[in-house]
Amino acid sequence: MYVIIAGAGKVGWNLARELIAKEREVTLVESDHARYRVVEEELEHAVQYGDATELWVLERAGIQRADLVIAVTGDDEDNILICQMAKEKYGVQRIVARVNNPRNLQHFRLLDVQPAVSATDLILRLIEHEVPEYGLVQLLALEEEHLEIIELEVGQGSTAAGRRVQDVALPDGSLIISVLRGGAGFVPKADSVIQPGDQVLLILDPGLEAQITPQFAPNGANPVG
Amino acid sequence: MFILIVGSGRVGSAVAKRALDAGHEVSVLDSDPLSHERLDKDQMTTWEDAGGRFTVSTALEIDGLIEAGIEQADVFVAATSGDNTNLVIAQIAQRRFKVKRVVVRVADPARASWYAEQGLLTICPTQVAIDEASRVVLA
Repeated sequence: MYVIIAGAGKVGWNLARELIAKEREVTLVESDHARYRVVEEELEHAVQYGDATELWVLERAGIQRADLVIAVTGDDEDNILICQMAKEKYGVQRIVARVNNPRNLQHFRLLDVQPAVSATDLILRLIEHEVPEYGLVQLLALEEEHLEIIELEVGQGSTAAGRRVQDVALPDGSLIISVLRGGAGFVPKADSVIQPGDQVLLILDPGLEAQITPQFAPNGANPVG
Repeated sequence: MFILIVGSGRVGSAVAKRALDAGHEVSVLDSDPLSHERLDKDQMTTWEDAGGRFTVSTALEIDGLIEAGIEQADVFVAATSGDNTNLVIAQIAQRRFKVKRVVVRVADPARASWYAEQGLLTICPTQVAIDEASRVVLA
């Protein structure tokens, strides 16, 4: 597998290191000459100097045969353009783009630059995961497939607590796929009993959350968030 | 016509002034408030008194583009100093706001020609300079 990484900042440099350690063929492209010199001392021929939004720089890096292009510069416009050209001009099968400003995520989506990864968003999700008051944590959104996976805590005295999975009144288009209890997880059967304090993972059609959360809210109340 | 110009540099401000003189409705957006001076320079009145609009915002900020009137724009001109910014906002104008006529300034001839093939109306000052210089040199 041949990987081109645009941007030799902390993210790009470390990605390159990790991929090289996994014996992938990697070319890192950096447009700042001073930075390039620093990275080149370690990565040698695996780093090239140039602006990865220029076609000839991408071609010199061998984009025609790249299997994966990762754009992790500090500029969202650059990351969008690099990925757009990689996909649409050079037919690169897989791309990954970094979103520096989460407000720009909509632009990545509009121009079909996916997956787009935002560190800020990831950290926010982790915070939500650590803050139980939120009640509901979105773990994964499969936008193309119109599915999402959420995590809910089963509240004391909630409708679902003490019931068998088959007896929890869930809307069509949702399914309990896993129960986390005491640090371990299992895939429940229809007759597994849900206990207060459990974390349940559900897969569902987006938009069904509001019908699902009341089942798990303590004493039938709707949780915050 | 309502014309929205993003980037009040030499090109953007000059096109804005001409369009306003020609009787069009013109709105200019730039992240630098001082760039407004280019619109007032050598004019009898201020840009606003002459009927122009000016919005301070970065080009990628949707709220700023809407405030500047992108939803009503018949023509969108991307003329910031950054090629990549211009190419991204031009595509936002085209795909998200369905602006009928989108013009993009791209300094790099290679990117200008590829995006022109993709349906953007690109203007490449570098290519114009190359062609003109070659014509004069080789005359």
